Amino acid sequence: QNLSFQLNYPHESSASFSPNMAEHHTVSECKHKANPNAGGSLSGNGLSGGLTQPAGWQSLLSFTILFLAWLAGFSSRLFAVIRFESIIHEFDPWFNYRSTHHLSTNGFYEFLNWFDERAWYPLGRIVGGTVYPGLMVTAGLIHYLLNLLHVTVHIRDVCVFLAPVFSGLTAISTFLLTRELWNQSAGLLAACFIAIVPGYISRSVAGSFDNEGIAIFALQFTYYLWVKSVKTGSVFWTIGCCLSYFYMVSAWGGYVFIINLIPLHVFVLLLMQRYSRRLYIAYSTFYIVGLVLSMQIPFVGFQPIRTSEHMAAAGVFALLQAYAFLQYLKDRLTKQEFQTLFFLGVSLAAGVVFLTVIYLTYTELGCLYLYSVYAKIHIPIIASVSEHQPTTWVSFFFDLHILVCTFPAGLWFCIKNVNDERVFVALYAISAVYFAGVMVRLMLTLTPVVCMLSAIAFSSVFEHYLGDDTKRENPPAEDSSDEDDKRNSGNLYDKAGKVRKHVSEQDKPEEGLGPNIKSIVTMLMLMLLMMFAVHCTWVTSNAYSSPSVVLASYNHDGSRNILDDFREAYYWLRQNTDEHARVMSWWDYGYQIAGMANRTTLVDNNTWNNSHIALVGKAMSSNESAAYEIMKSLDVDYVLIIFGGVIGYSGDDINKFLWMVRIAEGEHPKDIRESDYFTPQGEFRVDKAGSPTLLNCLMYKMSYYRFGEMQLDFRTPPGFDRTRNAEIGNKDIRLKHLEEAFTSEHWLVRIYRVKKQENRQPLEHKLRSVLAKQKYTSKKKGKKLNKKSV
Amino acid sequence: MSNSVISVISRFLEEYTTSTPNKLKVVDAYLLYILLTGAFQFLYCLLVGTFPFNSFLSGFISCVGSFILAVCLRIQINPQNKGEFLTVSPERAFADFLFAHTVLHLVVVNFIG
Repeated sequence: QNLSFQLNYPHESSASFSPNMAEHHTVSECKHKANPNAGGSLSGNGLSGGLTQPAGWQSLLSFTILFLAWLAGFSSRLFAVIRFESIIHEFDPWFNYRSTHHLSTNGFYEFLNWFDERAWYPLGRIVGGTVYPGLMVTAGLIHYLLNLLHVTVHIRDVCVFLAPVFSGLTAISTFLLTRELWNQSAGLLAACFIAIVPGYISRSVAGSFDNEGIAIFALQFTYYLWVKSVKTGSVFWTIGCCLSYFYMVSAWGGYVFIINLIPLHVFVLLLMQRYSRRLYIAYSTFYIVGLVLSMQIPFVGFQPIRTSEHMAAAGVFALLQAYAFLQYLKDRLTKQEFQTLFFLGVSLAAGVVFLTVIYLTYTELGCLYLYSVYAKIHIPIIASVSEHQPTTWVSFFFDLHILVCTFPAGLWFCIKNVNDERVFVALYAISAVYFAGVMVRLMLTLTPVVCMLSAIAFSSVFEHYLGDDTKRENPPAEDSSDEDDKRNSGNLYDKAGKVRKHVSEQDKPEEGLGPNIKSIVTMLMLMLLMMFAVHCTWVTSNAYSSPSVVLASYNHDGSRNILDDFREAYYWLRQNTDEHARVMSWWDYGYQIAGMANRTTLVDNNTWNNSHIALVGKAMSSNESAAYEIMKSLDVDYVLIIFGGVIGYSGDDINKFLWMVRIAEGEHPKDIRESDYFTPQGEFRVDKAGSPTLLNCLMYKMSYYRFGEMQLDFRTPPGFDRTRNAEIGNKDIRLKHLEEAFTSEHWLVRIYRVKKQENRQPLEHKLRSVLAKQKYTSKKKGKKLNKKSV
Repeated sequence: MSNSVISVISRFLEEYTTSTPNKLKVVDAYLLYILLTGAFQFLYCLLVGTFPFNSFLSGFISCVGSFILAVCLRIQINPQNKGEFLTVSPERAFADFLFAHTVLHLVVVNFIG
């Protein structure tokens, strides 16, 4: 508790600190027998730097630690840039990059009203209305400002390095939030944790230009401003919270989490009888101004007053108005019986209103919660996304290491010393744990609260085991001064010595701490933290730093072998095809094709139109003639597939093929049946024993065209697929309507050109049969016709 | 039953007129005006239809927002609540009120279309 000095912000008056400090004080007095002198110096410090020297050093230390946390977070996200180059990773960031490029070249209004006809070929996409513009606007603004100052950076570099820079800001806002919840030392620990924790790094490495990079910063900052506004009850902080909430709505679809957690917090506080006027001011202002701000984003539109996800906020708003009004009346009316009559009547009305709202929404909300479970299993396109799979225990430990073990301890500390804002963080923790268990992707929402609560746990432990020495000296001095009055002053030091031993002996049974135990525990905690740092760096380096556009493999001697097939193929497309050519591929690669090759695609990662994707899936799974009909109807010029059989790449299209079949079967159940592609025994095989439908479908033919002639090494037969570890069944593939246009160096990307229809259709007629007819002698007079057989 | 309710209401009104300071009565009059404006807007929407929905919404939210902000101001300048708002003096409350209204009306004007 000695370490919890506050930074001296000039505009904050001291009075706001004293309630907090009083609270912390009572807590610490229960726990550690804090010295009243130390308490006096604490409250005095908040005022005017009565002890300027320690306060100054404290501020400097905090500033340095936060700066180092920012630097650590920034540097540990740069592995991919150092190993490869500054390139946009994965799939989704390519679309964000393309939009940002469009924004920076054409201006803000062009971006907001952009209709992209080069995506989803015949349909197009209204980008302005279907995207969260916060990320693009942030990157565009930074690019604009830097260029205004004549620091000419390319937009790609701004996009690549945006997420690491914002990770530092996230660390600072986590520090602010934890400081509001607990104290400054816990805040510093939380900032350091979130700077390097792998759960957050996975979505914010340099190059991963995605919404989560800025959304987590907006989330933490909004929560900090919310806690601040509940604590102070000032409308200024609440409007700040609304503006930060507006930024969050513009940045990520996960804003729904905020607009449900804050009403839940208010509701639980009402249930816990912790209603206060500050709470009323904070929530009412936040709801109304936040509502109108959130509707400014075109993608969100009128959803906040229509969909069920936002109804909880409205319900709590109505409830809070009713509750506040009743409180006001209660203060006014003194007569018990009239008041209860009035109270009963109005509360019944409010209850009925609230219940109808809840009933209407829970019938939908219940469906919504179940929908996530239903959708995962039954809608193939959602089920097929790897990020939507349930989380395993391994991912919890992998992403959070020791924080996942210490975070329940922090949660318990918060619940034990409860006040309004710690209720908030407890609810945040519980809901985040639930969601993280549902989908791997939502581990990201769990990470900030785990960092905060673990920091609280660690901070409490360190305080308990580090901070007791200085407090011990004073009580013995006081006791000795009492005893001195009774005894000779000449024996002062002896007496003090005796008294000190006496007091410390009394202390021992109560505290049970000796210097040995304290140093052992401190050493253990420090070792845990060091192992955490090592683990985080190792995980970042090995698991989360691959650009996935460029593959790297390491030879036996450690030298690196780079497989740049993707970019090679996309650049071939860019340079060798007509500008308005249309490329058909599976939806995974849509954004990359649009970003790197700059060609029109049929389906991409936005996956908003399931029927269109099903059509592409049907084309891939039918035989060549049926597929050609579909490709003609969609004006396809090129087909692009990924084939990993030569190098053993397991993320290729044959491995994804069953998902294509399932999605196609969902829309065209009469034409495509999943069971056709399996052997009679139920196996999915590509060798001779594979099902004939599979061996003749378009995807198979395109993947293995001319692969039967290729022998990878002398031990395996020609046409041996390294990924499936099988020799392919159909080696003699002839393509009638397609011709091979490009195959990359390691056969990873294969591009086929769709041939135009023949000018003259060859007639399908049977060959004339040669029959040995019997000689027919005609009885008629006349010339014998020469019955020659042809 | 109704007698007691009426008597409660009348007693409440009497107590209100005598015990609330004038500053708060001004704010209460403003609240009543905002309430009536909002009610009229809603009535108009019910009668005529919601065609430019964003315009209706922005106007209605402007009324509700002004009402809420005025209630917050009233709470914060009420001398009975002084113990709860240590950092917020009445002048600060009014400044916050103006700032919040600026933000609210900027957004409302943008949303009106």
